[in-house]
Amino acid sequence: METVTIFERLQQRFGDNMLEVALKPPGLFAVIKPEALLDICRYLRDDPDVAMDCLSNQTGVDRKDCVEVVYHLFSYRLRHEAVLKVRLPRESPAVPTVEHIWKSANWMEREIFDLLGVTFDGHSDMRRILMPEDWPGFPLRKDFVEPAEYHGISTVRESPILRLDKKK
Amino acid sequence: MSTLRTEEMTLNMGPQHPSTHGVLRFVIRADGEVMREAIPDVGYLHRSIEKIAEKVGYHGFMPYTDRVDYVCAMFTNQGWGMACERLANIEVPRRGEYCRVIAAEFNRLASHLLTVGLMGMDIGAMTPFLHALREREMINDLIEELCGARLTFNYMRIGGVAWDLPPGWREKAVAYLDHLDPIITEFNALFSYNKICVQRLANVAPISAEEAVNYNLVGPNLRASGVKWDVRRDMPYSVYPEFDFNIPTGSGEWGTVGDSMDRYMMRIREMTESSKILRQALAQIPDGPVLAKVVRNFKPPVGECQVRVESARGDQGWYVVSDGTANPWRVHVRTGSFAAMGMIQKLSRGLMIADLVVLIASLDVIAPEIDR
Amino acid sequence: MPLLNTLPDYVLTTKTDEMINWMRKSSIWYMLFGLACCAIELMHTGGPRSDIERFGATPRASARQSDLMIIAGTLTLKMALRTRLLYDQMPDPKYVISMGSCSNCGGLFQLAYSVCDGVDKILPVDVYVPGCPPRPEALTEGLLKLQEKIMAERWLARERAVELPAQA
Repeated sequence: METVTIFERLQQRFGDNMLEVALKPPGLFAVIKPEALLDICRYLRDDPDVAMDCLSNQTGVDRKDCVEVVYHLFSYRLRHEAVLKVRLPRESPAVPTVEHIWKSANWMEREIFDLLGVTFDGHSDMRRILMPEDWPGFPLRKDFVEPAEYHGISTVRESPILRLDKKK
Repeated sequence: MSTLRTEEMTLNMGPQHPSTHGVLRFVIRADGEVMREAIPDVGYLHRSIEKIAEKVGYHGFMPYTDRVDYVCAMFTNQGWGMACERLANIEVPRRGEYCRVIAAEFNRLASHLLTVGLMGMDIGAMTPFLHALREREMINDLIEELCGARLTFNYMRIGGVAWDLPPGWREKAVAYLDHLDPIITEFNALFSYNKICVQRLANVAPISAEEAVNYNLVGPNLRASGVKWDVRRDMPYSVYPEFDFNIPTGSGEWGTVGDSMDRYMMRIREMTESSKILRQALAQIPDGPVLAKVVRNFKPPVGECQVRVESARGDQGWYVVSDGTANPWRVHVRTGSFAAMGMIQKLSRGLMIADLVVLIASLDVIAPEIDR
Repeated sequence: MPLLNTLPDYVLTTKTDEMINWMRKSSIWYMLFGLACCAIELMHTGGPRSDIERFGATPRASARQSDLMIIAGTLTLKMALRTRLLYDQMPDPKYVISMGSCSNCGGLFQLAYSVCDGVDKILPVDVYVPGCPPRPEALTEGLLKLQEKIMAERWLARERAVELPAQA
């Protein structure tokens, strides 16, 4: 089934929960409301003509006015894919977790929490995964400022090229 | 007589340990030798490659893609190149595509040799590792003649590859393939079909096909569980449709379908298939340029794209968001090792500590792919 | 007649310091501390072609049994605390070789927020081996430089030489 057809089906069923559909290749996606996320995901997984049995990628993107969570869904049985997006406000973004629908979301949501600060309601283990436990801030945000030191180790290294200039 | 008091031990299989799959840490709750659970703790090699992409620009990011998975760096190069080409609608010349496939398949051979050698070392047999390293050194020589580097190549560019095949290289490559095919048979007879190896690997942590798909396993791990999916055959890219090769899947002949022995044998069989592809590619390579004309100040149009590449560790997905400037807005790599690590906590219940080592080696996780 | 000329061929004469250092430099056991890409080159250096074991350097898994720590790969801030702990666990006298650009100065990851720019922020380093990654021959030369440094140490006079002898 083509991605366009999948989006048309979604629009028939969940019309008022779909905010925007972008159909220009190479990046086709559909933006949905965060409240309807669980219903749409369950429909996409259980409907026998769509059968999205794999969440192959889940990322977060920091747009200047909102934080987007992007879901790349894929079906091994029917060999088609679709991309869903959810747009969240920048201060304390929160969205329900899809961990009980596709288990691969467990670690991917932990990574988005760690690097972008999006909380996933209902997640079984919401803690940092890549950064140390006591790291301040969310690194992939555009307004992230690097700390000057961490546990006494400074994060700046003076380049020797500058020192040669100073000797002159 | 009073009963013995037993309690659960909490062990730390710390970031530095001789199983050289990188810096991974496990907190193991064990009842003697049998584990209740092994909780992985990752992030010790998080080098913020995705944030660096936003600082260095499209062309400048190519060396960083090598470090995402340094054992098979050609695939990450190819994935990044393909993502940028799809964003800007650039077509790679045919000879460039053939050079990409040849370099990538040699890298797949090198990566699988390292994996099977490390499986031997993790079980306790030092010698298969040295056998595998000896063959890998010869591939390193070939690739060094091609692009100058032994490990982190930076060979591909947006729009093709950097250098053409040197004169006399094709004959050396074919001679190496003639040398390698009997070595794979010898390695199997010495190590893979060895009774100790079979007993250590068979029936350890079998993964069913539904579980593998649900947890987003990819690559040889997924094929060992019985799902016949290979990006080169099912979502073809580059010039792979012109080659004739098989996709091996797990059969459970030594134990259950999807156990560690199946995952290990996938890599041995894929080496034979890579050898087939290489022979065809080296025979059929056309003449022509190897690099399309791409401007130095590369600014693809606003948009996003996702690209899949069949790397040695599985189906690697590249998601690139561009905002029209010379630096990408967001780059994300979805790697097979990340999903495989996410599954270990569930698979480790009831295994012995020695089986955990076999499980990690058979899933072929590597730390930079998890942490990026 | 001087005593030296009366001795047969199989009697060696040397200074005690040199004899002790000759024995010490010929059995430096290094700890497997491969962090990133340089770890693969470290494995190749110990492998069949450029065999580092012919110089007496054999890999050990535990810090308590090793004299040399070859930091091969990028040191992240999360790992830096554990590295210091491992260095403190090694028994004296101990040496450190910093292998590769990432552990020399941060390398190409100086732009990163989570990378410690150089291992000499937390440990004293004896030999720096440049390269990204350094070839096995480069690492072998680094080990030979360390052997020269060991030969220059003095035990009987209770002082340690800090400079290499003048090159010929």
